[in-house]
Amino acid sequence: MMRYIVPLVVFLALVGLLYTQMESGIDTHLVPSPFIGKPAPAFALPQLLEPSKKFTPADMKGKVWLFNLWASWCESCRDEYPLLLDIAQNQHVTIVGLDYKDKAADAKAWLAQAGDPYALNVTDVEGRIAIDYGITGVPETFVIDKHGVIRYKEVGVLTPDNLKNKILPLVAKLEQET
Amino acid sequence: MRKLALAALLLFMPAAVLAEEAKDMAKNPVIEKRMIALTSKLRCLVCQNESLAASQAGLAKDLREEVREQMIAGKTDKQITDYLVARYGDFVLYDPPVRSYTLFLWGGPFLFMLGGAGILAYQLRKRRKAVRAPELDAEAQRRAAALLEGKEK
Repeated sequence: MMRYIVPLVVFLALVGLLYTQMESGIDTHLVPSPFIGKPAPAFALPQLLEPSKKFTPADMKGKVWLFNLWASWCESCRDEYPLLLDIAQNQHVTIVGLDYKDKAADAKAWLAQAGDPYALNVTDVEGRIAIDYGITGVPETFVIDKHGVIRYKEVGVLTPDNLKNKILPLVAKLEQET
Repeated sequence: MRKLALAALLLFMPAAVLAEEAKDMAKNPVIEKRMIALTSKLRCLVCQNESLAASQAGLAKDLREEVREQMIAGKTDKQITDYLVARYGDFVLYDPPVRSYTLFLWGGPFLFMLGGAGILAYQLRKRRKAVRAPELDAEAQRRAAALLEGKEK
C-alpha cells in the first residue's frame, strides 16, 4: 500500500507547489532591483525643451519626485500616459521625465499633442544614463525621496492599482519624512 | 520586380544591422574576443533566455558597447561584472554566487544525494534480510548432503 501512497503524496505536493506559484501572480521575469534604498545615480543631462539647461538629480533635493523613463516611440508608455497626466493635474507629485533614446523632435511633438505631465524632461540620446539606473526597457518609474534615495521602482507600465495602492501612499509617507 | 527588390532588401537587412557591430570587431579583435567571452557569461535583461553576447536587443547592444569601452579603459573583467551587478543585481550572472537565498540552489543537490543514499541504504538492508538463506533443520541438512553426493534422486 505504502508504495502507492508515497508517490501519490509527493505528486500532489508538487502539483500544490506549482499551482500556488502559478496563482501567486509573481512575475518571474521581473528583475529585482538592487537600487531600492540606494542614492539615485548622479547625472547631468540637457533638458528636452531647453537644451542649453542641464538637470541633475541634486536639483530635486528636499523634494519627493517621480522619475519616469519613457520615449515617444514606446507604445506601452502611451498606456500609462493618462495616469501621468492625472498625477500632474492633481498635483500629487512632481514628475521628471527621461526621454530614452529618442529624437527630440518626436518627443516634443508627442508632448505638444498629448499634453505634458512633466515638470521637465531630460534627454538620454544614447541610453547611457538609463543603464546607470539599471533599465531593462521603457517605461520604468522611480520614486525618489527628499534625500535623493530611490525608494521604489515600477518596471513597465504603471497601473491604476499600483499607483493608488503603492506609489501615492508611499509618496505621501515620504512627504512626511524630513 | 518590386517583390524581388523587397525580398533582396529583407535578405540583406540583417547583414546591414550586424555590420554596425562588425566594424567594432575589426577595429579591436583582442578586446572584442574578451568582450564576447565575458558577455557570454552574462544574461540579457530583455530576453532573459539569451546571453548578453547573443542577444540582438537594443539594450544588449548598448551594454556590449559599455563593456567594450570599459575594457578599452583598462577595467578588469571583475570590475566590469561588478559594475553590471550593481545595476542589475545577481540576476545578470549565469553563475549565481553563494548567498543566503541561493543556499538551497547550491546545497540542494547534496541534500538530494544524501536522501538518495539514505533510501539506498534502507533498501539494501531490507533486501539483505529478504534474501538471507533459510535455516535448514537437521532433516533438510541430511537430504541436502545426500543430494550433493548423488545418493538420492
